[in-house]
Amino acid sequence: MNTEVKAMEEPFLEKQAAATTMPASRVFYWSVRRELWENRSIYMAPMAVAAVVLLAFSFSSVLGIWEQLRRLVPSQHQMPYDMAAGFLMLTGIMVSVFYCLDALQSERRDRSILFWKSLPVSDVTTVLAKASIPLVVVPLLTFAITVVMQWSMLLVSSAVLLVSGDSVSVLWRNTPIASMWALLLYHLVTAHAIWPFPIYCWLLLVSGWARRATFLWAVLPLVAIAGVEGIVFRTSHFAATIGRRFIGDAPAMKMTPGGMGLDPLTTHVTVARFVTSPGFWIGLAASAIFLAAAVRLRRSQGPI
Amino acid sequence: MTVIEARGLRKAFGTTIALDGVDLRVEEGRILGLIGPNGAGKTTALNAILGLTPYQGELKVLGRDPWTARDQLMRDVCFVADVAVLPRWIRVSQALDYVAGIHPRFDRAKAESFLARTTIRHSSKVRELSKGMVAQLHLALVMAIDARLLVLDEPTLGLDILYRKQFYDSLLNDYYDRSRTIVVTTHQVEEIQHVITDLMFIDRGRIVFACSMEEFESRYLEVTVNPEKLAAARALKPIHERQVLGRSILLFDRVDRQQLADLLTHPSDVRTPSIADLFVAVMSNQSSTAQGAAR
Repeated sequence: MNTEVKAMEEPFLEKQAAATTMPASRVFYWSVRRELWENRSIYMAPMAVAAVVLLAFSFSSVLGIWEQLRRLVPSQHQMPYDMAAGFLMLTGIMVSVFYCLDALQSERRDRSILFWKSLPVSDVTTVLAKASIPLVVVPLLTFAITVVMQWSMLLVSSAVLLVSGDSVSVLWRNTPIASMWALLLYHLVTAHAIWPFPIYCWLLLVSGWARRATFLWAVLPLVAIAGVEGIVFRTSHFAATIGRRFIGDAPAMKMTPGGMGLDPLTTHVTVARFVTSPGFWIGLAASAIFLAAAVRLRRSQGPI
Repeated sequence: MTVIEARGLRKAFGTTIALDGVDLRVEEGRILGLIGPNGAGKTTALNAILGLTPYQGELKVLGRDPWTARDQLMRDVCFVADVAVLPRWIRVSQALDYVAGIHPRFDRAKAESFLARTTIRHSSKVRELSKGMVAQLHLALVMAIDARLLVLDEPTLGLDILYRKQFYDSLLNDYYDRSRTIVVTTHQVEEIQHVITDLMFIDRGRIVFACSMEEFESRYLEVTVNPEKLAAARALKPIHERQVLGRSILLFDRVDRQQLADLLTHPSDVRTPSIADLFVAVMSNQSSTAQGAAR
């Protein structure tokens, strides 16, 4: 009798214990999905740009523009692919900037912060989920969409070559897909995610603080500091530093000219240079400070 | 067990004092109606209880400090701030997915069965729903959460009378089970009279009146008297008096029912007052004492 009762109790107690907490990873996962539901432009914008680029490339391929270039300058056969990737990177930067400017303000503007705060999700989880969009989601999405787009471009080129009776194998041999994509991923993670991350964290912080005109509040202090520096010291280090952060001019990006075909050995060297550069650590520290401030703000902020 | 315990709760916004030493104790299984004029501090008090605003003084909700442990507290506490806080871009199905994804005590099947009784479609976005439907959706989400404390701040503001009635009916029939605790504030005092078990009036950041509804019903009587019996009625010291159609309506606190019987022209002239009438009486006595103090 006793054992029976125990047997019934134990799974019940386990269930009770399991029912009181959710794994942090699960809460984080749903918090990120929530961001993607609200901001569909995060994936719609790069997909639209990729579609337009692919369409333009197909059109010009049929006209034979790229074939001519390839014949005239054989070393530039990668150019259309790099250009297309560049467009997507630019789109990614714009998506991240506009996302961060709005992320902590829109929930206060539409009062939904009262709903989000009525659920067992901490402010830390919420802010980190929002910060993960420019740090993780946008770079990985850009990578995935670029890969699909470049692959499609290769197929289009192959089809055009087949029709014109040229050799397809030369095209595929001359296009180092694997190293191109490895380098792309490396470039996105370092120069587009980690290096400008403090800027995105700053934008997040301002969006959590400003009641309106987020862009103005985000930019004005930077302009003011740069202005004071220019007048007092007649230098422009601050503006240059911010600019370098923004355009992804990381120490790891100093590559040989035309060196998009980076081999694994040099990648290893630049990774070491990247993580040992003071800029990397200063950036991480600034990001941490901005994020901590954003968490504190979100805890006390209500609807506006 | 005590669900909410506050002692000397204070909160000031600049020079405006929103809460001026509030003492509050809500036991498990009670439904507390918190009534007060605009700007009395109701929402501030609820925000403090929910961990949305910092405060001075002592406050424990389910044994936790709401300001430092909001996210843990929200596993056991639900709140509906008002009808317009669901994000307008979210789809009904996404709202269900999300809450199921992050809330350990959310029973999705229960929420689905509440929604099945409404005309809300899963594919709709909140912005496409009427105000009443948004309230139904929010209530469906909240009632499917096995919480110990539910806080409602003007939950029916702006809804039509059908939705308002339905809202409280669902709450009592499908949610409340005597082990849960509910705190509700509203200006629609009459609609919660038969819902709440405890009543509290708040004014200028202070609790000015508190009693259980059993006590309310045994203590207070409202009597309509004809002019010729008014003097005799006044001798019994009513706490409030008003004129309706040439007769006087007097509100008594702890009056001898035997003595009252002589004043009546008709048995139906004596009844339990509405909360609204008591509220007016308490508030006008408050302001006259406040004026007296000012003089």
